[in-house]
Amino acid sequence: MGKIAVRDLTFSYGTRVALQDVSIDVQEKQITALIGPSGCGKSTFLRCLNRMNDTIPGAHAKGSVRMDGMDVYAPGTDVVELRKKVGMVFQRPNPFPQSIFDNVAFGPRVLGTHRGKSLQVEVEKSLRAADLWDEVKDSLHQDALALSLGQQQRLCIARVVAVAPEVILMDEPCSALDPIATLRVEELMRTLTERYTIVIVTHNMHQAARVSDWTGFFWLNGDRAGILAEFGATELIFTSPRDKRTEDYITGRFG
Amino acid sequence: MAREKFEHDLHRLQDEILALGAMAESAVAESVRTLKQQDFPRARALIEGDRLINEKRYAIENEALTLIATQQPMAGDLRTLAAILEIATELERMADYAKGIANVVLMIGTEKLIKPLVDLPRMADKACDMLHRALEAFLTQDVEAARAIHKEDAAVDALYEQIYRELITHIMADPKAIDQATRLTWVAHNLERVADRVGNICERIVFSITGRGEELDDPVAY
Repeated sequence: MGKIAVRDLTFSYGTRVALQDVSIDVQEKQITALIGPSGCGKSTFLRCLNRMNDTIPGAHAKGSVRMDGMDVYAPGTDVVELRKKVGMVFQRPNPFPQSIFDNVAFGPRVLGTHRGKSLQVEVEKSLRAADLWDEVKDSLHQDALALSLGQQQRLCIARVVAVAPEVILMDEPCSALDPIATLRVEELMRTLTERYTIVIVTHNMHQAARVSDWTGFFWLNGDRAGILAEFGATELIFTSPRDKRTEDYITGRFG
Repeated sequence: MAREKFEHDLHRLQDEILALGAMAESAVAESVRTLKQQDFPRARALIEGDRLINEKRYAIENEALTLIATQQPMAGDLRTLAAILEIATELERMADYAKGIANVVLMIGTEKLIKPLVDLPRMADKACDMLHRALEAFLTQDVEAARAIHKEDAAVDALYEQIYRELITHIMADPKAIDQATRLTWVAHNLERVADRVGNICERIVFSITGRGEELDDPVAY
């Protein structure tokens, strides 16, 4: 069992089954990458981990998602508390139209987690953790939207880190970034694993191969529902996958 | 369906391995023939020709590395390319053994052979046959054939042992034969190494197909 234990998770939007019987153990302070073609349920799966799918009408989850043994889908689960523990970084950097400082301070201010500590110190700590401090320390009160896309994405990571989560979900965090900015985020992910558990969805197989410890390959079954075709140590998935579908996908031969 | 250029390049590289294999095989066979016939011009040509084999090996390595760098192969494709790199090295070393035998031909010179050569050509034939079939197994991805060919190394080891004892007998009977008999044991040793390297190639083939590195059992010769 890992940090997050998912068992037989089936997720539907109305009558359409998006994910079928997915079971994964996400290991603590390691990076788990989810790969697979578009529409195979990777992002849906990622959003199940902090119940980001809840607001979609007709959405329904069956099976169990447990974080440190706590049932994420139990009726009594405090979703705000859950999302504090499980932060998320999206495909397009989405800083608030505020200053760099206010972006990072947003979470601690709203949640009141900085009480007793200096907000200044917390912001610096988070920006350092996101490998952005040196670049912005002299312009903390400038507009976050003036930063480059790569810097904005690291700012979004700093914003997540400021809330002191345990798990960080990343949905295609580098797809809008150039190769250098991508490399910086990948390096950052490595250092973040000293404290955080990371789950990343990526279309870039080589990124999955470079950064992750574990890789899950999602595929579609005959009913067009997403399934987990193979899960294993990254080094094995990319050198000798057991499943023919994984082999065909990662070597670029489909069908 | 997808990746036509990559497939095409990979197949071409496999063909290049077969071509290098044919060069190594012919060098080994030719080396023992020149010894049997004490044909110095051909021995010299063989030594000279080794350069072409080395060049081909580097060309293959270069292409394989380019393919890895530009196409980022994964899984089975990556293992095939890793196998190609290994096999190219093995083949080049086999050709070095052939060159070593050609050098022995020049060392023995015009001196009459102490015995008619029967088992050394047999050893060469066997090793070349194993090599030929191992490369076929690589091309057809035949893991069972690769495992079986690896076992045949025992026959070559047995011939080596037999030749070695026979040459020792010659030395004991006539100390003047020491020089040539020693050189002929080098030839036998080189051929034994050729067959060993076929065994290495078989292991790489099994790995490239199954993804599991397995040390195939050392065949028991005697």
